[in-house]
Amino acid sequence: MRSRFDEQLALLNKEMILMGALCEEIITKVMKALTEEDTQLFGKIAELGVEIDQKERTIETMCLKLLLQQQPVAGDLRQISAALKMITDMERIGDQAEDIAEIIPFVEKRSARTDTLLREMADASIRMVTESVDAFVGQDVGQAGKVISDDDMVDGYFTQIKQALVQEIIENPGDGERSIDMLMIAKYFERIGDHAANIAEWVVFSVTGVHREGGIR
Amino acid sequence: MSDIITVRDMCLWYGNHQALSNIHIQIPEKSITALIGPSGCGKSTFLKSLNRMNDLVPDVRITGDIRYKGIDILGASVDVNELRREIGMVFQKPNPFPMSIYDNVAYGPRTHGIRNRAKLDQIVEQSLRDAAIWDEVKDRLQKNALGLSGGQQQRLCIARALAVKPAVLLMDEPTSALDPIATSKIEDLCTQLKDTYTIVMVTHNMQQAVRISDWTAFFLLGELIECGDTETMFSTPKDQRTEDYITGRFG
Repeated sequence: MRSRFDEQLALLNKEMILMGALCEEIITKVMKALTEEDTQLFGKIAELGVEIDQKERTIETMCLKLLLQQQPVAGDLRQISAALKMITDMERIGDQAEDIAEIIPFVEKRSARTDTLLREMADASIRMVTESVDAFVGQDVGQAGKVISDDDMVDGYFTQIKQALVQEIIENPGDGERSIDMLMIAKYFERIGDHAANIAEWVVFSVTGVHREGGIR
Repeated sequence: MSDIITVRDMCLWYGNHQALSNIHIQIPEKSITALIGPSGCGKSTFLKSLNRMNDLVPDVRITGDIRYKGIDILGASVDVNELRREIGMVFQKPNPFPMSIYDNVAYGPRTHGIRNRAKLDQIVEQSLRDAAIWDEVKDRLQKNALGLSGGQQQRLCIARALAVKPAVLLMDEPTSALDPIATSKIEDLCTQLKDTYTIVMVTHNMQQAVRISDWTAFFLLGELIECGDTETMFSTPKDQRTEDYITGRFG
């Protein structure tokens, strides 16, 4: 029975994994562009942004078709509705990576201290994205829970970077604009962490039927 | 919301074949309870037990406890006609009597001794209004009911059931023989009727159960596997067998 439906769900899963992989790739490239000042990467980042948007449309269409054709209930309904919510967060991750890439050309002459913190923060948020996608693939509530709690760590990095940048502005008021650009980059990574945590929350919903913020039981 | 029907430890046999085992369920009043499950799981048998329609089947034996408003309906002293007035039934296939629309609805009240024409007129009109068919038939009450469309016939059957002022309506797949528009009218009607009546409905249409029922009970191989509020049953069922059935993995 229902072999066609199972095939469609497997295909949806595959597309979700691909979209997650694109998100990981775009932020990894952005971080590389930032740390290695590799301007060649900007074109690739823009391409990835377009690909992510296209993937969002593809998955959205698949989900709507599944809702229409299969009228899913129970675990199937949760999986499809969670996918619809997750792709919005994934698409935002792509957008924020692109936003970071736009600022990179303006942040030369960075201090070593904020650079190290930013690299650590970027690593932590990339890891959250990777693990949220892994949690979705493995329908792993434990791993999703870890992603949700890791969000506090990324928030902590943001606070530290903000304090360091305030200190730099005090010491070199002439570099104020650069510091504010750096703060924006940190803020975008912090938002990427939030989106990864959202994805993880939808994984928990998909598996257990309970969403942290309430909603359908 | 209190329970109008409570069933405890109910078993039913057709001869040597056990069709229902240890059923425990409460039916809350003024709500719609959907009974779902694959063919042969016992849900229709269970439905018919609630107003002792199974008495008509030879070799049937029921044990356990079925209470309607606290009274044991399996007891020997129960007036089965009175029970069936309180707990009416609507069948899968519309089955109007081969007589006029008016007489179909007036049939029950007449059997219960109402002869006064004005009183009967009032009951017929009210029942047809309650069944959301009055406007369609008010100008042809003396026409033969068999001339109505399938959906109209089914609403007429609901009006006929309502005419004896029951508290509970049992419905056995009431829309399975109807087209989508007629189905939608019956579904709307059911959601209106639950303000006044308790409805217990067997349905094979999962989406219908989701759309209109407040409670859902899942039967499998003569057992009640899971019962709960419909939203939970169709979003996060507790039993894997429920999940497998409602997602179409078997049945």
